[in-house]
Parts: sequence; structure tokens; C-alpha cells
Amino acid sequence: MSGAAPAIEARGLTRHFGDLVAVDRLDMRVPKGSIYGFLGPNGCGKSTTIRMLCGLLLPTAGAAYVLGVDVRRDPEALKSRIGYMTQRFSLYDDLSVAENLRFMSEIYRLPRRRRRPAIEAQLKRFRLKDRRNQLAGSLSGGQRQRLALAAVTLHRPELLFLDEPTSAVDPESRREFWEMLFDMVDDGATALVTTHFMDEAERCHALAILNEGSLVASGSPKTLMAELPASVVEVETGNPRAVREFLLRFEPVIDVAQLGSRLHALVTPELPEPVAVLAAALERDGLDATLRRVGPNLEDVFVMATQGG
Amino acid sequence: MLSATRILAIARKEFFHLRRDRLTGGMVAGIPIVMTLLFGYAINHDVRNLRAMVVDEANTSASRALVADAAASQVIRIVGRAGSPGALEEMIASAEISVGIHVPPDFEERLAHGTPPYIQVLADDSDPVVLNAMRGLNGLAVGPAARQPGAVEIRPLYNPERRTAVFIVPGLCGVILTLTMVLFTSIAVVRERERGNLELIITTPVRALELMTGKIIPYIFIGYIQITLILILGMWLFDVPVRGDLEDFYLGAGVFVISILSLGLLISTAAETQFQAFQMTFMSFLPQLLLSGFMFPFEGMPRAVQYLSEAFPLTHFLRIVRGVILRDASLPMLTADLWPLALFFLVVMSIAILRFRKRLD
Ligand SMILES: Nc1ncnc2c1ncn2[C@@H]1O[C@H](COP(=O)(O)OP(=O)(O)OP(=O)(O)O)[C@@H](O)[C@H]1O
Ligand SMILES: [Mg+2]
Repeated sequence: MSGAAPAIEARGLTRHFGDLVAVDRLDMRVPKGSIYGFLGPNGCGKSTTIRMLCGLLLPTAGAAYVLGVDVRRDPEALKSRIGYMTQRFSLYDDLSVAENLRFMSEIYRLPRRRRRPAIEAQLKRFRLKDRRNQLAGSLSGGQRQRLALAAVTLHRPELLFLDEPTSAVDPESRREFWEMLFDMVDDGATALVTTHFMDEAERCHALAILNEGSLVASGSPKTLMAELPASVVEVETGNPRAVREFLLRFEPVIDVAQLGSRLHALVTPELPEPVAVLAAALERDGLDATLRRVGPNLEDVFVMATQGG
Repeated sequence: MLSATRILAIARKEFFHLRRDRLTGGMVAGIPIVMTLLFGYAINHDVRNLRAMVVDEANTSASRALVADAAASQVIRIVGRAGSPGALEEMIASAEISVGIHVPPDFEERLAHGTPPYIQVLADDSDPVVLNAMRGLNGLAVGPAARQPGAVEIRPLYNPERRTAVFIVPGLCGVILTLTMVLFTSIAVVRERERGNLELIITTPVRALELMTGKIIPYIFIGYIQITLILILGMWLFDVPVRGDLEDFYLGAGVFVISILSLGLLISTAAETQFQAFQMTFMSFLPQLLLSGFMFPFEGMPRAVQYLSEAFPLTHFLRIVRGVILRDASLPMLTADLWPLALFFLVVMSIAILRFRKRLD
């Protein structure tokens, strides 16, 4: 995998909108046959990066090669080989499910004989068979995303850009979606997926975390967790608000993530015995809590990478 | 190498939009019907049946013949007789009648000695249309000729070019299409931009020329539907004669339709929102409406304006349509107006395609 040409290679990719730097000198490399996750808070530049990689936006600076094509020079050479599921539903509301798929099959010029079977296969795969004559605009949010996905995978693209493909999808469909994605990757495709779900991020082969346009962390989920530059202390308490506020003001604590009733305090790795130090500090302040050292999870990685900046 | 599959896919999709969009669908038939009725009836320059009363103080056979002549012109309709000139004035003031005809008692003597005025026509000149019509009627009393039947003719004075619906309706085909075709196409593209469909479309391998061609095909049909509708209404309601060859007419109309559709596409490359598309459509429509020779005679316009309006598709189409429908001209006789339309189409379509970027910025 490592020796082959990458599906995506970006160097110093930058995009300005007026004074705003939406994407700032981004370097990335996505190997073929992998699922690459794109994480980051709202407005960090995920969609903008995808648009540049698809050739829809010109980079202000830097270069990007997608499937070996220079996207600044020859984006049209790319278009029949990629599929881009936009964050906002961009098929036609006033066309039915089947009409939308037929339209896409013709736009991508599937051979005439293959169009109908391909559409039927997609309807089945994305559980839209009984919706085939329903107008896309009247589908539920999740059904619409399944339709969008069916449409962009109809022509079997080598590379898929999926911008928050599961944001409105129920857990069952999300699981199916990921199984499908793995199937496609097994068949040789590559996918770049943006998501706000940590469980989805954990399934990616590699991740990039963006913050305010800059790449702040990248690597496989395992490596990112193993190499987290912080110790994680799990805090169980009946008063999470007060404890959290106290910890945030406590010098060695970098950030605090809340996971249900529990808190994860990220503490500078230089601090020896973090559990003891925090416990003592909390007790001094009269705050009741149970503390224990845990291994980092992806949420911790995300919080660490995107905190303050 | 254009792909017919893609072009047809886009055209079919556009038909679906039209079929499912009630408002636009309604406008396809609604605008031609409403505008034909409005222009055909309201902007009818024939003045007819103005209510009139007569005071005939001479009451000779000559005076009666003169009044009968005036009535026969149908410009006025004599609704009764009044007792005195003063009564006529009062009735005009109260708007009961528009015209009063006063034949003085010494009418025969005046006629014999040739000392006008022989009769007095009182007109409600608060309405300039009436005054103008009466200037024509005034000719009645100018001489003994007035008594010869048929010698009296009311001429439309103030714009012989556009005097009836016969003249207006064929031109209306062009005016209405100039509005609707440009509006429909420009909005069809901009709507896709507004709804985000364009982001998907430009990520596909579709080419600008395929997209634009596919987009205009349905509107060529719509254009023909509208033209036919206007023509049928014109023939049915306003007795517009169709003297020329319908084939010629439809061919000429086809060239005109694609030329203005290309204008719609050009607007769609500049407008960000449907409202802007709407505004730009109107900006392109108004000068054409005013300067093409539809509203005001072409000959009366300053030379510079004439040159400018030669650039408008409507100017040329008006000449074609009037030529074919009213003068039975054949298309080869109208090449002088066909090639500018074709040129307009090629130039504007090329600019539109060059301006259309498969990019978001
Ligand atoms: N066309 C544009 N003009 C001006 N600013 C833009 C434009 N597109 C994006 N931006 C700005 O660029 C920044 C990055 O936007 P982008 O859509 O890439 O974020 P994102 O990471 O996809 O966010 P989200 O998770 O909300 O989808 C934002 O601050 C946004 O306001
Ligand atoms: Mg986004």
C-alpha cells in the first residue's frame, strides 16, 4: 500500500476567502484503498478542502494531486473518476428517487445496457426500492442521504469524497453505511469522509484533524491515541460542573472533556502522579470525586488537538 | 464530442421541473393569454363608438345626411338628441357623452356661401384620444363632398403604423417571448445554483455546452407553444389574418427563440440569485420593448437609437413576423433579418459558455 501512488497528495494547500484563511498550508497524503477521516469543528475548512480536491475551488496557494491529476490544471480529467457527496443535499427535490438516479447514470454515461441494472442494484443496496417513485424532496433526512450516496457511487468511482454522509442517518443505517464503505474499499476504492462522530472516526484507516484551517493532528486512530501528548485522568463526580470549572483553572490541566457523567481531564505529561495531584487539589477545594488513570480515547485526541489553538 | 445522452438527460430533467413547478407551468400559458388580451383590447388604437349627441337646428336633408355619415363612420355612436348646445356641454362635462355635434340653423346658408364653420363638434378633450378622433371627424364639414357617401373617411391620425390589434398581436409574439424565454432560462440555471444542485453538476464530467444545450431544448418547445397560443388568440379574438406561410413563420420564430434563449443563459452566468436574474431579465426586456419598433415607430427614432436596436433580437423578429403574417413575405425575402438573429445566437451563446465555469468561485 505504501509504495503505490497515493490517491490524494496535497502540499501546502491554502485557500483564502478575502481576509479569512479557510485552509492554511495543508499537507496530506491519502493512500489508495483506504478510508481517510476528516475531523474538526464547524468552519475549520473540511468542505473547502474537499472542494479544492474536486477542482471546484482554485487553491490560493499550494498544490494537490488527486488520482495523479493536478487539480489546478486539469480538473475535468478527474470528474468521471470521483464521486462527491455534498454536505447539503444537491440532487433534485422535484425529481423522484428513480429519476434522480437515471439522470446521474446518464450524466456519467453508463453504458445503456448497464444503466437499469445499476440503478436497481443501488435501490436495493440503499434500501430505497419502495421509495423509487417518491420525490426526493419528500424523503426523510436519512433517506435523502442514502439516495445521495446511491447517486455518487452509481458510476463506481475510484475515489469518493463524502462530506458528512451520515449526519442525519440512524445508527442502524450508519452501521450499514460503514459496512458498505468497507466493501467498496475492499474493491479498490478510496474514500475521504468528514464526520463529527468519534465512533466513525475510529473506523477510519487514517485521520486528519483540522482546526481553523490548519492540520493539527494526523495518523491512524491507534497512533493518535497512543501518542497523545497528555495523561488522561477520568473523574467521576456528583458535581461535574463545579469540578470541571475547577480543573480548567488548575495549571497542569490542558483541557477537560465531558463524557456523560464522567470527565476526562487531559494533564500535561510532565506531571508525575497526575491522579494523586488532582485528587489532592480537589480535596483541598472540598470537591468530592473519584479519579483514575485511563488510556486516551479519540474524543481526548480531538479535544486536545482542537483546544484553544 | 458532445454526448447526446447527457444533453437529453438534462433536457428531460428540465421538462420534469417544468411539469412539477405549477407556477412556471402556469406562466407558460398565463403570460401569453393575459398579455395578448391586455395589449389586444386595452392598447387598441382604434377609437370606436364614442357616445355622442346631436343638436340639429337646421334639420334639412343635407344636415341629416351629414349626421348619418358621421354615425356611419362608427367613430361615434349617436345615443340621442339634445335640446340646445348648452345641454351638450353639460352632458360632456358630466361625462355622459364624449362628443356633441351642433348643426347651426344657418347650416345651408353657410355651406352655400362657403363660410365655415358649417357645424360645431364639441369634444371631451380631457381625453386626448377623443380629441384626436374628433380632428378626423371635423373633416366631415369641410365641403359638399361631405354629402357624398363614402367620401368621408376617418383616418387614424396619431399613429397609422399601430392602429389595430392586427398589427399588435403578431408583434406580441416577439414581445412575450422576449420576456418569458429569457426569464425561464435564466431562472432555471440560477435556481440550480441557489439550491446547491450546481455543486453536484459541476463535479460530474458534464460539459458546459452539453449543459446549456440540454437546458434550452425544453424552452424551444415552450416558445413554440406560446407563439401558437398567441396566434390562435389573435386569429380568434382579433381577426388577425395569417397571410404568409406558417412554415416560414415557425422557422423564423425558431431562430428568434434560440437567440433569446442564449440571452437567458448569458444572464444566468451573471446572476447570483433568482431575484437578480429577474431584474436583469427586465433590464434586457425594457429597451427591447421600447426601441424595437413595437411601441414607437422605428422610423421616428434618432439614428443612434436605431443602430442600437439593430442589436436586439426583437427588432428583427418584429420585421420577420410582420412580414410573414401581414405581408405574406417568404423567409428568403427576410434573410436581412434572419442572419442578425443567427449571429446574435452564436455570439451570445459562445460568451455564455465561455463565462460558465465549472467552479464555485
Ligand atoms: N464561499 C465562501 N466565501 C466566504 N467564506 C467561505 C466560503 N466558503 C467557506 N467559507 C468560510 O470558510 C471557513 C471554512 O468553511 P468550511 O465550509 O470549509 O467548513 P467545514 O469544516 O466544512 O465546516 P462544517 O463542519 O460546519 O461543515 C468558514 O469560516 C466559512 O465561513
Ligand atoms: Mg462542511
